[in-house]
Parts: sequence; structure tokens; C-alpha cells
Amino acid sequence: MLNGKLSRKRRGYIGLMRALMYAFAALTCALVLFLIAYVLVKGVPNISWELLSTSPSYLTERIGILPDILNTVYIVIATLLIVLPLGVGAAIYLTEYAKNKRVVAVIEYAAETLSGIPSIIYGLVGMLFFCQFLGMQTSLLAGALTLVIMNLPTIMRTTQESLKTVPQSYREGAFGLGAGKWRVIRTVVLPGCVDGIITGCILSVGRILGESAALLFTAGFAHALNGIFEGLTSAGATLTVALYVYAKEQGEFGAAFAIAAILMGLTLVINLAAALTQRYFRRKKAL
Amino acid sequence: MSSIITIDKLCLWYGSQQALKNVSIDIPDKSITALIGPSGCGKSTFLKTLNRMNDLIPGIRITGSVKYGETDIFNFATDVSELRRQIGMVFQKPNPFPMSIYDNVAYGPRTHGVKGKAKLDDIVERSLRDAAIWDEVKDRLKKNALSLSGGQQQRLCIARALAVEPAVLLMDEPTSALDPISTSKIEELALQLKDKYTIIIVTHNMQQAVRISDNTAFFLLGELVEYGATEKLFSQPVDKRTEDYITGRFG
Amino acid sequence: MKGNKKTFETAVHGVFLILGLVTVCCVLLITVYLIISGIPAMHEIGLIEFLFGTTWASTAAEPSYGILPFILTSVYGTAGAIVIGVPIGFMTAVYLAKVAPPKVKTLMESAVSLLAGIPSVVYGLVGMLVLVPGIRKMFHVPDGASLLAAIIVLAIMILPSIIKVSVTALEAVPKEYEDASLALGATPVETYFKVSVPAAKSGIAAAVVLGVGRAIGEAMAVMMVSGNAANMPSLFQSVRFLTTAVASEMSYSGGLQREALFSIALVLFLFIMLINATLHFFLKRNKEG
Repeated sequence: MLNGKLSRKRRGYIGLMRALMYAFAALTCALVLFLIAYVLVKGVPNISWELLSTSPSYLTERIGILPDILNTVYIVIATLLIVLPLGVGAAIYLTEYAKNKRVVAVIEYAAETLSGIPSIIYGLVGMLFFCQFLGMQTSLLAGALTLVIMNLPTIMRTTQESLKTVPQSYREGAFGLGAGKWRVIRTVVLPGCVDGIITGCILSVGRILGESAALLFTAGFAHALNGIFEGLTSAGATLTVALYVYAKEQGEFGAAFAIAAILMGLTLVINLAAALTQRYFRRKKAL
Repeated sequence: MSSIITIDKLCLWYGSQQALKNVSIDIPDKSITALIGPSGCGKSTFLKTLNRMNDLIPGIRITGSVKYGETDIFNFATDVSELRRQIGMVFQKPNPFPMSIYDNVAYGPRTHGVKGKAKLDDIVERSLRDAAIWDEVKDRLKKNALSLSGGQQQRLCIARALAVEPAVLLMDEPTSALDPISTSKIEELALQLKDKYTIIIVTHNMQQAVRISDNTAFFLLGELVEYGATEKLFSQPVDKRTEDYITGRFG
Repeated sequence: MKGNKKTFETAVHGVFLILGLVTVCCVLLITVYLIISGIPAMHEIGLIEFLFGTTWASTAAEPSYGILPFILTSVYGTAGAIVIGVPIGFMTAVYLAKVAPPKVKTLMESAVSLLAGIPSVVYGLVGMLVLVPGIRKMFHVPDGASLLAAIIVLAIMILPSIIKVSVTALEAVPKEYEDASLALGATPVETYFKVSVPAAKSGIAAAVVLGVGRAIGEAMAVMMVSGNAANMPSLFQSVRFLTTAVASEMSYSGGLQREALFSIALVLFLFIMLINATLHFFLKRNKEG
């Protein structure tokens, strides 16, 4: 009897489950490969130096995405400059200062809530609050502030995670030497959570690059070529918004695919950067 | 007494490290055999070889033969699923599934194709009775098994193993994580079970071996040093190493 | 000297406290703004008429503001995305967590991360040029921009969240459960689906709820592949979701029409809050269970 096989029913079940697992895993892989290949194949041929370095001109019917590239850079810089102090500060409050468990729970629940809100709603509220109520009008700055709120939970989470890995003994050692709390934080805790901050930055940059719905009504569609300060205070399309407009409203698929290929490449770079930094810091901490 | 499991020159390597060296032993049917020895001597490894749970460890190499009845368990044609049904295992730390008590006991029979509520109800009750825990749980069969105490969970695990009607029960230090009362309950249970099942029990506790086993095997550094009737092994050990271990000189 | 130091520390504490409360303020701000902007139109149009009216004609001479088509489209679209995405994601997750060899696992997990990072407009673009014509040809419909296209795009977009969270939940299942199952004679595959998956069910449920939240909130990709007609939802017809309803008319709207769009956003927000609360519940159960 020991030399028999499993019952037909069991073998059928196992076979089916196995087949589904392999098939669907392969399907997922195929989807990823197809997306990457399709976008790159259709997009890369359209990327030219002319495309990257000029603004669109109606006169010569030329498409240039330089303004969009610059707008994207400006918005990333502006968002990071504001969200980092806010997010890191909030994380420090949560791990170093907050004693009341209720307060901590409320703040963490608020952060969780923020991360679940869809970007179109952020865009709407951003438009109402930053553009209209605060009078910033359609501008990159309004867009950046909207993105700040969107990315706050990410920075808070990654900073908190790495703050928790700073051993309590470091803090106690510093306190024992007579340092005040702020000094301890500045000299012992903050350096220990640099990895979390950097990881959070990279993740946020990835999210900012991919964001579009939140920027449609806050930052607008313009393609004017500006320096950073002028750019922040005027309307401007980022790469994603430009892609949307070129594809859906103007039918300029060549330009759209070129932008898509650039975005795809940037996504790959961001993912790689995130993985490498995590590995680097994990190794460093293990020492 | 006939042998139900015959092991001949069994060797086992974890990668390059040899954990079992030429172990040969005949386990008699419907008795309790205790495996004793210091930590790391290979007794648990030996136990897990008997139901091929060692198969799951990557990099493992086994030579020699283990015969269950007439069948070589390492033969390609052997149905491992059926082997493990006939040779059941109870683990050191009680590990009931995060399901109801009923579903825990019914898991084995259901896996092996038993259907029908009446049949399963019958098997569940019978197994819980055989494991001496029926009275304690009969009114809460649908409750989560994790709500039981440690000792009760272990008896549940025994019931779960009995539910598939094995011939052999392997117990890997089943009471080392339990309090003394639960321990004695399980020892009592083992003595009752040996009428119907062959039990092989790994134990750290020599008094336990003396209390319940018919035969004892002493392992040291992967070797089977001595094997014999429990009374004789403990009162007149043949090998000096056995004597040293029993008298507490090491381990 | 000591006094100064103490005031300094208190000030610093205060600064951090304020920073900590920023998130709470943001949530309150968003909620308040949505409610303030959304209530007026609901009040004027009438709540029942608004939520259950089947005609949306905001620019007609005699405008009507029923958003039932949008609500149903969002619900059906999300449901469709879940029906397609969850089985694929779930099976892939079991494969990754239990079956895949380590090197394949690392590679595939990077691929899934990549999928998660692709901007939604890129999904929309590919959908526009591959899926929409594909549907048109395969099903012989006049225009492929449809609910079906949106469902497929959404299903692919929610795959990464479902896979990641499910893999984490499956990997957290204690090995002891799987050992016990194998020792009883179950095969590895039987063990994965009859012991590991049920043990991880809270986490897997959380993954699904996460997917629901993402699907119902997606705007850009869906806008590019589903046409924009305010019809009652039908698989091969052009449809409009709650999200796209807000996005498509916002720029040129005014008056009651504009306020109605805010009300749609409020409805969407309430849906999301409900879904998030469900997610929170499942995550808490997972931690305790």
C-alpha cells in the first residue's frame, strides 16, 4: 500500500494549484516585461536631443519637453525641501517625545489615512486650499505643497523605522554625559536615521515623478520655460501631465511615448537606487 | 515481539557535517522506545528520518536503509504522504493549527479523503477520547485551538496525529515545553496508547524514559551507543559512555 | 543658565509637537474642505436625486445631476478589477512566498516593485494604444474605450499591492504549522493552500482591501481608456467613474455644476474612508491573530 500513489482527486487538486501558480506568476512577469519593452521600443526612437532641450513652439510645430523636465525638477526640489523637515520632525516627535499613547495612535492613524486618499482628491483640495484660498493660483508651488501632504506619510514611516533601530543605549549614553534632549537628538539620533531619511527621499521622488492627478488642477498645463523661482510661482506641466495632454488631447503619441520611456527609465533608476541604498545601509548597520 | 521498523547502517549528512553514523536498530511493535542522549547527539535527527521529515531540509544526504514493515521508505515508489499517515509525529512545541479544535483533528482525515460530517464527527470524537482530552473540549469543538492551555494543545496534537490511524507515533520531546502536571498526563496517555500504537519518544528526561519506556536507545555524537530493555540499560549499562551519561557525568 | 536651557528644551519640544500634529491637521483640513465644498450642491440638488438619479447632464439647458452612473461604474470597475486581479495576484504571491527558488523570487519581486512604480499615465498610454484597439478588434465594437478596458488596466495596476502584502502575510506564517501538516501526510502544495493561506487570511484580506482602495481612487489611467460618456455602466460602452467625473469637467465648470463636482469628490472620499477603516480593521486583526 505504501507503493501506491495519491488519490486521483488529490493529484488533480495539486496539479491544478501548481498550474495556476506557475501560470499566473508567469503572467505577472510577462506583463511587466511587455510594459517595459513596449514603452521603450515605442519611446526611445522618439527621444532626440531636440526634444529634450527645447520648448514647444506652435510656429514651427515642434514639440520640446525641456520646460516639462525643468518643471518636474523644480517640483521635486520644492516638495523635498518642505516635506523633509515636516516628516522627519513628525517622526522624531513620535519616537522621541510623545509619551501619550493616544496621541501617537491618533497621529499614526492620521498618517495612515492620508496615504489612502486618492490623488485626485488631493488635487481638488489642493486647488481649493492652496490655489484659491491662499491665493497661490495655479502654480508649481501649489502643486508642490499638495505633494508635500501626499508624501508626508512616506517620509514619516521610513524615518520612524530607522529611528527605531537606533539602540536605546546610545541615547542613554548621551544623556548620561549630561546632554540635553535636543543635543542628543541632533548628535546621536538624527545621524542614526539618515538611512531612513534617504530611503524615504528616494521613494518620495519616485512617487512625485509618477504623480499626475494631484497636479492637474494645482500646477496646470503650461509649457513656459522658467528659472526656478519664476517657475515655482507660475503654472507648469510636469512630465506626467505633459504626457497626458499630448496623448489624450493632442494625439501626439510620439512625444507621449518619448516621455513615457523617460519616465520608465527614471522609475527603473529610482527602484535600483532604493534597493542599493537599503542594501548599503543594512550592511552598514550589521557591522 | 516483531519489529515494525528496521534501521540498518543509517548515515545522514547535513552538507559536509555527519549527523548520524551507522545507526542500526530494530524497533519492536506496540511498545515504547525511548531515545536519550545529550543535546546535539542526533536523536531528533534520527526520529525525523523515520517519517522522512528530513526530506525538507536542503543539502541533506542519507545512506543506509530504513524499512517500515517490508518497505524501504527511501524507495522512489514509496508514497511519502501515506508513509506519514502511518508514521505520525508530535512535536516538541505544541503546534495546533489556528483553526477550531474540530478542524484541527479533522485535518488529517480530510486530507486523506474522508468526507461526510458523520464520519468526521466520529473520527474526531474517537481521537479526542484516545488522547484523553474529549471531556475537556467536547463542548467547545468549534472554538479556536489556540485558546487551549499548553498541555491541552499538546494532547490535541496527539489526537490530531491519532485521527489518521497511524501504526507508529513519533514524539519529539513532547513534554519539554509543558508543566509537570501536563507532563504526567501525557506520560499516562503514552502508556495507554502503547496497546494500539508503537511509540518512539525522544526525551531529555531520563526519569521519563525509565517511567514509561520498554526499550531505550542511547545516542552520542551521532552514534547509537547502546540499545536494550530500559530496566537493564539503566541498571546495568554495558558501555561506559552510557553509564557516564546515566549517572550524570555529562549532558 | 539652567532656566534658559529648560525654556530652550521646552521650545524644541513644542516645535516637534507641532510638526507631529501636522498630519492630523492635514486630515482635518481635507475633510473639512470636502465637506464644506460638497454639501451645498447636495443640498440644492437634493440628496436622493443626487445619489440615485440616473442622468448626469451638467451642461444641458435643463441640467440634471444624478451620479448613480458614476457610483455604479466605480463599483463595477473596482469589482471587475478585483475579480481579475486578486486571483492572479494571490496565486503569484503563493508562488513567490512558498514555491519560487530564491533567485527567481528576488528577480520577480523586483519586477513587481517596478510594476508598482510605473506612473499611471504610462499605464493609460499603453492602454490607449494597445488595449482599446485590441478590444475594438476582438469584440467587434465601434470603440474600444470602455469599462472593460478600464477594468483590465485597473487589475494590472493593483497587482503589485496585492502581491506584496500577500507575500508578507504568507511568509509570516510560522513554519510549525506547515511542519504539522506535512507530518500528517499532506503534500507541500496541499499544505500551502489548506494551512498557510488560511493562517494568513487576515493579511491577504488586507491586501485585497488595499487593492480596492487603489482601484476606486484611480483617475488618470482610467480617464485615458474608458471614454467619457456619463452612461449607466455597460462593459463595452464608454463610461465615467467618480474620479473621472471630477477630473473631466473641473476645468471649465462653474456654478452649480462645479459645486456638484465637489459633491462627487465628497462621495468618493466617503467611500475611501469606509474602505480605509475596513483595511485598518483587517491589519489590526492580522497583528493580533
